[in-house]
Amino acid sequence: MKFFEDIRVGEISDIGRHTFTAEDIKAFATRFDPQPFHLDEAAAARSHFGRLCASGWHTACVWMRLLINYRRREDEERRARGEPVAQLGPSPGFRELKWLKPVYVGDTISYATEVVEARSLNSRPGWGIVSVHNTGVNQRGEPVMSFISTAFIECRDRGPQEP
Amino acid sequence: MPRLHWEDFSPGQVIECGSRLITRAEIVGFAAEYDPQPMHLDEAAARATLFGGLVASGWHSCCVLMRMLSDDFLRDASFMGAPGVEEVKWLAPIRPGERIKARATVLETRASRSRPEIGFVKFQFELINTADQPVMTLVVSPMFGRRAANAARGGQPKAPSEP
Repeated sequence: MKFFEDIRVGEISDIGRHTFTAEDIKAFATRFDPQPFHLDEAAAARSHFGRLCASGWHTACVWMRLLINYRRREDEERRARGEPVAQLGPSPGFRELKWLKPVYVGDTISYATEVVEARSLNSRPGWGIVSVHNTGVNQRGEPVMSFISTAFIECRDRGPQEP
Repeated sequence: MPRLHWEDFSPGQVIECGSRLITRAEIVGFAAEYDPQPMHLDEAAARATLFGGLVASGWHSCCVLMRMLSDDFLRDASFMGAPGVEEVKWLAPIRPGERIKARATVLETRASRSRPEIGFVKFQFELINTADQPVMTLVVSPMFGRRAANAARGGQPKAPSEP
């Protein structure tokens, strides 16, 4: 993870892609979102979706996993260069999550992040808060998901230290 | 034939949706798959983070809520999924061994302008710990089939196109 001071508004990162299989979609839905249109081809064909499609939570959770993988690769590169790595703090939540189109069996979703706001916090010295616009786009170039997440990120300059 | 339709929800209505024990195995299992960060995976590593111990991923909390709702009133409802989530706040961490309750409050209901067979119900969902403290709130407007349309078709309404 970059330190808060090194994060720039407008910065875009392609964090990776994932292909959703029928097994994958059904396994996630069985655990967390057991709706007929996420579990069974015939029921999905009768539903408003028309075909088996992934839970929206599944699409979002894959974003989280790819972001962690992306940051790990970045951190490894930083450590290899002998650079320090910032700590990622907690997230207070997210907003404006939109499931724009269904994710169907065999769809490959490419995920990206764009920094939309970065501000330091008087209430938590040593930490900044960053808002990121996250997107998922399918193999036809159609956006399928978008949301704005926020997270605390460690500052390089931790401010005046106690003696 | 589902028992609950759009017409059965009204502003101010509160639905208690049961409780669920969140185990360490479940927290670590979810994290290994979707959110492999130290505070969700390993007690020793978690102690060094701002959380001071192992906590569930916020995305896991969303998925647990979805499952609790699915096992509760959604299974009897003409539920058609949601076009997105307006806002999620992670207010406090969920720790291993906590029993979490889910509660739904109807904020407003709105018939679809373009699709007379469906309507939207805006909910605030809460996950609440045993100290009666909300750990997560989530505002979302899922789609439900309307009673008349469902009776006429004898099944699920078809093909809403609006987000």
